[in-house]
Parts: sequence; structure tokens; C-alpha cells
Amino acid sequence: MIDAPSNQRKARVLERIVFWSFRVATYLVLAAATYIFLDIAIKGGRTVFTKSAPFINMKFLTESPQTLYVFDYHGQKMQLSDREFREWKKTHNEDVAPTSIAYSAGGIWPCIVGTALLVVGSMTLALMIGISSAIYLSEYSRNGPLIRLIRIAILNLAGVPSIVFGLFGFGLFVIFFGWNVSLLSGWFTLGLMVLPAIITASEESLRAVPQGLREGSLALGATKWQTIRKNVLPYALPGILTSSILGIARVAGETAPIMFTAAYAMRDEMPWHVPHWTDFFFQGVMALPYHIYVVSSKIPQNEYTERVQYGAAFVFLAVVMLIALTSILLRERSRSRLSW
Amino acid sequence: MVSLLKMPETLSQQLPRQMNRPTGESQENAVHVRDVDFAYGNHQVLHDVNLEIPPRAVTAFIGPSGCGKTTLLRCINRMNDLIDGARITRGSILLDNTDIHASGVDVVDLRRRVGMVFQKSNPFPKSIYDNIAYGLRIAGVTKRSRIDEAVEKSLRASALWDEVKDRLDVSAFGLSGGQQQRLCIARALAVEPDVVLMDEPCSALDPIATAKIEELIHQLKRQYTMVIVTHNMQQAGRCSDLTAFFYLGRLIEFGSTAKIFSNPTERKTEDYITGRFG
Repeated sequence: MIDAPSNQRKARVLERIVFWSFRVATYLVLAAATYIFLDIAIKGGRTVFTKSAPFINMKFLTESPQTLYVFDYHGQKMQLSDREFREWKKTHNEDVAPTSIAYSAGGIWPCIVGTALLVVGSMTLALMIGISSAIYLSEYSRNGPLIRLIRIAILNLAGVPSIVFGLFGFGLFVIFFGWNVSLLSGWFTLGLMVLPAIITASEESLRAVPQGLREGSLALGATKWQTIRKNVLPYALPGILTSSILGIARVAGETAPIMFTAAYAMRDEMPWHVPHWTDFFFQGVMALPYHIYVVSSKIPQNEYTERVQYGAAFVFLAVVMLIALTSILLRERSRSRLSW
Repeated sequence: MVSLLKMPETLSQQLPRQMNRPTGESQENAVHVRDVDFAYGNHQVLHDVNLEIPPRAVTAFIGPSGCGKTTLLRCINRMNDLIDGARITRGSILLDNTDIHASGVDVVDLRRRVGMVFQKSNPFPKSIYDNIAYGLRIAGVTKRSRIDEAVEKSLRASALWDEVKDRLDVSAFGLSGGQQQRLCIARALAVEPDVVLMDEPCSALDPIATAKIEELIHQLKRQYTMVIVTHNMQQAGRCSDLTAFFYLGRLIEFGSTAKIFSNPTERKTEDYITGRFG
């Protein structure tokens, strides 16, 4: 045995330093995440929940955003939404000088609907194109320079900032295709943005299916497509869905790709109020992340706008969690049908 | 035995085949390996292999690891097509005197005629019933009664029926290793192949399961052309009629199992069989 007590002491001290720095780094992340979450939950909770039954601010969840009017009336501080203010003026024939604050009354229902529509549409598109190309890459293509080039392109695409996707979508879908600011433009832009992540993850899930299942099926006289369709894809689907959960969070959360392609700051009609069914695809919508952006940076800040900001952020988190939860349940269902 | 499946048209035209399996000395369903060289990319693994595999007999391929026996086996149903850069560089493999690599031969039809059982049992993550029905369904058989009948028949043929008849709808993963392998054999038999290839079917099994499969191989050779790759010398001795000994990609000796094991012509064969190397 080597007698090196000083070295051993050094190693032990180093061990402690390393261990503690790892631990501190981890706790820092945890603390930051907890702070953000609690901040949104507490301040947003004040907007979303009420003290009396039904304990949920239904107005906030079911109405469109309105302008808030604040004024003093015989020593009483009045906070009225646009509609309420007009009613009030009819009964009180008095001259008041209210301060008006945009978007700070009413609710965020159109934004919730808009975000849900954007997520469902773009994820459907991205999964359809993504799974198809993953099947091509992992099952059909033979490794060559072209395929390697495609893989590199996909990897690089994953690193492109979302604002670039936004500008690309604006140029291609909004202007060149003439789709204008619309759901369709937003679906394609967001879909393209998550496509690389979905292709990569789908390919990995496909490769994780044991080769023996493919060979066993082919040896029975199945064609390649029969094999993929019946004996590979069903077993890769849970993994593909898992990866799409992350995609959902990204699609729902990004503001940059939709601000030029799909989002309106304010729109009074709900998306289903369209004259003809095809118009559905060619209308812009309000969206939660864009609404948060607008109320946080486009209008003067005060205590009234803060309520909407935090309320919208809180609802936004809840909506993303809900959608993610749904796809987790879906995944568990498709996974429980397998048993290996 | 009446075939449940429609014969693929291209093959049935090229290879007139009686609907009743022949008895007697007909050479139908024989496999001829002629002057075959095989390479993975630039790495040649088979050199000038010539072999005649007769029908209704068990032919065993033996030899040390890496000698090319599995490669040759996988050539017979063109499983090597799946591997990038793997190809026969010279020679041909004939099934009923038709080159299986000829342009008119559809690989899907070929694989339906030449079934395969793999070294690692690979039941599908489905019920026992659906595992067997898989091959029939992809061949377009939809009639429930016909599938039921085929499931029972092939499970009986692979000596599994009595063990699983009450739980056909449970997952195949619930079976023991030996049962899983017999299920894979049943699955291969369900599509009524003419040739059955087995790639070390017992390598992962305990002695009792191995004995059952060997017994099964013995039964099956009355109907099928059987080719079995094995590492187990006793197994080759027990259940094959003919033995081919491979070494470093060459066929060293091929003959009746009795002769190879008792009085081999080549020195290498004798050394391998007596356990001096390998």
C-alpha cells in the first residue's frame, strides 16, 4: 500500500467541494423554478380564484378582454369594464373623467381557445409529417451521403431560433401563399418549428423497437409496410407521444412564430363565428402567450394590468399542463396495450 | 394437405406445385446452393459453397462461430436483403430449380414459402392467438373460422396446444422461454411454408425445452424441408439426417449425419466434432 496521507486528505477535501458545488447547482435550479412557479401561482391565483362561490373567476375564463375604466365617484373608487361603464353612464347622467386601461377588464377566453386551436392543429401537422419522415429515415432509407445531409439539416433546424421560423412563416405562408395572418399560417409555422424534435424522437422510438419483431414479421411473408404498420409503429407510438408532449409545451408557449403569422392582439368574434366553414382556417386568433406579451409590453403598466398578466400566465400554465396530461394519459393507454 | 393460402401467382406459374404434398422420392422443395460467394461489403464470408438440401429431411449446419452457417441460412429466405451491403457475389440458390434471386421472384412470396425460426425467440407483443394469426392476416385471410382452424393446427403441430389452449388470448410474453420458441415455430408453420429454417432454435433454452423442440423437429421433417443451424454437436447428431460442416466460410464436408459423426473424411471435421477446436 502506498503511504500518502497528504494526497488522501487533498482528495477528500476536493471530493467535498465537488459534491457541494453539484448540490448547490441543483438546488439553485430548483429554487429558481419554485420561485417562478409560486410567483405566478400566488399572484395569478388572486385573479383566477375568488373568495366566494364558485371560487373561480368565471368572468375571467369566459369573457373577451375589455377596456377597464377607473374613476372616483363620490369618494368611491369605481372599476368598470367597457360594457359596465356604458350601462352605468345611462343610469348616472354625470360627467366623470375615467382612466382607461386596455385589456384589463373582462377575461381571456378567446386566447385560451386560440392557443388550444394552434396547439391541436400544429401538433397534428407536425406528427403526421414528422412520423412519416422518421419512418422513411429509420426503416426505408439506406445510409448514404444524402441521408446524412438530411440528418444534419434536421439537427440544424432544431437549433434555429423561433423568431426565424416566425419570419419564414410570414414570408412563405402569410405573403407568398397569401394565407394572411391565419390559423393555417400559424399551424404550418409552429408545425415546422417542432418538426425536427418530433422527427428525431420518433426515429429513436422506432429504432428502439427490437429488430427481431421486424425480422419475425418479414419472415412470415409480410411486406415492409405491413411490418411497419402492424408490428413496429404500434410499439413505437408511446415513445413518439412522449416526445410530442415536449413539443406541445413549445408550440403552446412560443410567441415569436405566431406574432407575424397567426396572432391578433384583439379580436371580438370567437373563431367559430365565421360566415363559411373554409374561413375558419383563414382567420387570425388571439393566443395566450401573445396576449401576455401584449399586456406586459404594449400598454402602460400599473396594478390593473398586472392582474391580467399574472392571471393569463397562470391560466396558460394550467392549459399547457392539461394538454400535456391528456397526451400522457393517451400514451399510458397505448402503452398498457403492449406487454413487454 | 390442402394449402390454406393462395399460392403467389408468380411463383406458382414458375414452379408448378401439387396441392397435395408429395410422398415418395419427389425432389420438390429441394434447395440447391450453387457456387455461392457471399460478402458483407468488402468482407467475404462465404467461399464457393455447394450444397444440395433434400426435402423431408433435416439438414444441420455446424461449425465454429463466424464460419458463415447463419449467413447461408439467412440467404435461403433472403433475410440478408435487410443488411446494407450484404449480397451474394457469385453463384445462386435454387428452390425447386428456380433462382430465388431472379428478377421474377417476389421476396414476399419466397418468404411465405421459406419460413424461419430465429435464435432469439421473437414472439410479437400480442396474444398467443394473434401471434399465430399474424401471418395469415397479412396474407389476406380474414375468415375467422379459417384462422381458428389454422391456429389450432399449427399449435398442435408444434406440441403447444395442450399447454395453451385455455389461454389463447393472453400475451405471448407470459409463456416460458421454451414455449415462446415453440410458439414461434407454430407461427412459422401457420402460413404453411415448404421449407423451415431454424437458426440455433435451442441456444437459449434449458435441456427439457430443448428436448421438446428436438422431438418437434423430428416430427416436422415428414412434411417440410428442414434446415437447422446449431452449435450443439449432440443436437446435430440427434436430430439431423444430413450434416454440413463449415469452417472459415467454406463448406468442408457434407454428408449423412451418421457418416460425418462416425467416419468423417476431412481431418478438420473430425477435430471439430471431437472437440479439439471450436
